[in-house]
Amino acid sequence: MKALLLILSVVCMSVAAYADENTIRLHEAPDSELVVARCSVCHSLDYVPMNAPVFDRAGWQKSVRKMIDTFGAPISDDDAKRIVEYLGTHY
Amino acid sequence: MITRRRVVAGSAGALLLAGVGASAFGAEDGADELIALPGKRPLIKRSFRPPNYETPLGDLRRQYTANDAFFVRYHLASIPQVDERAWRLRVEGSSIKQPLELSLADLQRGFEQVELAAICQCSGNGRGLFTPRAGGVQWTYGAMGNALWGGVRLRDVLNRAGVNADALEIVLDGADSQVLPATPDFVKSLPIDRGLDEHTLIAFEMNGRPLPHWNGAPARLVVPGWTATYWVKHLISIRAEPKAFDGFWMKSAYRIPTGKFPGARFASQENAETTPITEILINSLVTSHADGERLVRGRPAELAGWAWDGGSGISTVETSLDEGRSWRPAQLGEAPSSYSWRGFRAALDTSKAGPLRIAVRATGRNGARQPEQLTPNPSGYHHNIIQTLTLEVT
Repeated sequence: MKALLLILSVVCMSVAAYADENTIRLHEAPDSELVVARCSVCHSLDYVPMNAPVFDRAGWQKSVRKMIDTFGAPISDDDAKRIVEYLGTHY
Repeated sequence: MITRRRVVAGSAGALLLAGVGASAFGAEDGADELIALPGKRPLIKRSFRPPNYETPLGDLRRQYTANDAFFVRYHLASIPQVDERAWRLRVEGSSIKQPLELSLADLQRGFEQVELAAICQCSGNGRGLFTPRAGGVQWTYGAMGNALWGGVRLRDVLNRAGVNADALEIVLDGADSQVLPATPDFVKSLPIDRGLDEHTLIAFEMNGRPLPHWNGAPARLVVPGWTATYWVKHLISIRAEPKAFDGFWMKSAYRIPTGKFPGARFASQENAETTPITEILINSLVTSHADGERLVRGRPAELAGWAWDGGSGISTVETSLDEGRSWRPAQLGEAPSSYSWRGFRAALDTSKAGPLRIAVRATGRNGARQPEQLTPNPSGYHHNIIQTLTLEVT
C-alpha cells in the first residue's frame, strides 16, 4: 500500500456522498435516518429502491448480513435488526 | 470536485421526470434516469456510488460503442484519478523471475503494439430481466459494449519478467479500492494459460483514444471472450503465483453452479458446488427497435442488432415470427474479430396492421445456440435467452 502511494500521484475523489446522490430520499419512517447513516458510508442509497423489487424481508436480512460479515460494515446487531425491519417494511 | 450534468429522461414508455425531487425514486417507479458522469454522455444510472451506469439502446447501434457511451461498473467507491505520468505497473509474485516496474511509456515503446476488437460484457448484464429476480445491480441490456482495444500482450510483459513453470494463476489488482479497510479489495485472478494467451491484453487505448477514466485509465486488462469481471481497470499490479488466489472476489463472488453452464473451466478455483464464471455465452440483442415500438404500415422497416459469443464467432442469426415454430436466417455483417459482436439485419413485413411478435436467436461456430430458458443461478449471471419483442404495425 505504501509503495502504491509513492508511485501513484492520485487525487482521490471524496468518499463523501457525491452531489447528486443527496437527492435520493428514502421513505421517511422511524429508523430511516439510521439506514441513511449506516448504509451510505459505503454506497449511495439508490441500491435500496433498486433492489426493492428483488428482496423480501429474508432477502434484506441476507443482504444486510453480507454487508456486515463480508464487507466489514461496522453495524451492531441491534442496528442491523432495525435496518432489516425498516427495509422489510418499506421496500 | 466532481460535478455531474443531470439529464432526466424517460426510457421508452417510462415516465418523464422533471426536477430533482421527482427523480429520487427513479428506480422504484420504473423510470430510468439518464445522468452524465464527467467525460461521459448521459447514461442510464443504476447507482451513483460506486458508479454503475449502463449504455442506452440507442448508443449500442454502432459497430464500436463510443468511448463516452461505454458502460461504467465499479464494486468499490474509492476511485482515484490516476496520473498516467506517475502511474507504474508492477509485475511481481512468487512465480516471477525478475520483477518489473513499467511506466506507460515503457509499455508503449518496449513491446509490440497490438489491437483487437472485442466485446466487454458484465457478467450480470441482463440481471434485471431475470425470473426469479436476483439481487445486485439491476442491469438490463447495456452493461456491455464493443471496442477496438489497443495495447500490449500480457504474455509479452510476463515473458519479459520471466514466468516460472510453477505458475498457476495471474493475480490482478487495480488502483480503485474499498472505503472501509475491512472490505475486500477488488482483486481477480486468471488461469495461467489465459494470462499467457496471445489475445489477453494490457490495453491503454479504446477505439484509438486513451482509455476514459471511467473505463480504467491509464491501462486495463482485456480478456477477450471472458466476462468483464476479469478486465481489471486502473491496473497497478500483475502477479504470477503458484497457488490459487483466495480473495473474496474469486472464492465467493462471480461464481456459478458447477457444471450447469458451458464455457471454459477454471480448474484451480472450482469446487463441487460452484465455479468462477468464465466465458461469455452465445447471445444477441436487437438494437434497431425497443419492445413495444410502433411501425408505420406500408413503410419499409428492418430489424437490426448484434450477436456475439465467447470467441468462437457467430455462424447464424435467425428470426421467427411464429413463436419459434419456424426460423429464417438474417443477413450477417462482417465481424472485425471473432471476439467482436457481429451485426445482423432482417426485413420486416409491414404490409398488414397488427402486432409482429419477433424472436431472435444466434448460433455460434462452436454449435452453441441461445436457449429458450434461463438457467437459474443466485447471482443472475449469463442472461442469454432468446430475445422476444413485439412491434405494432399501425
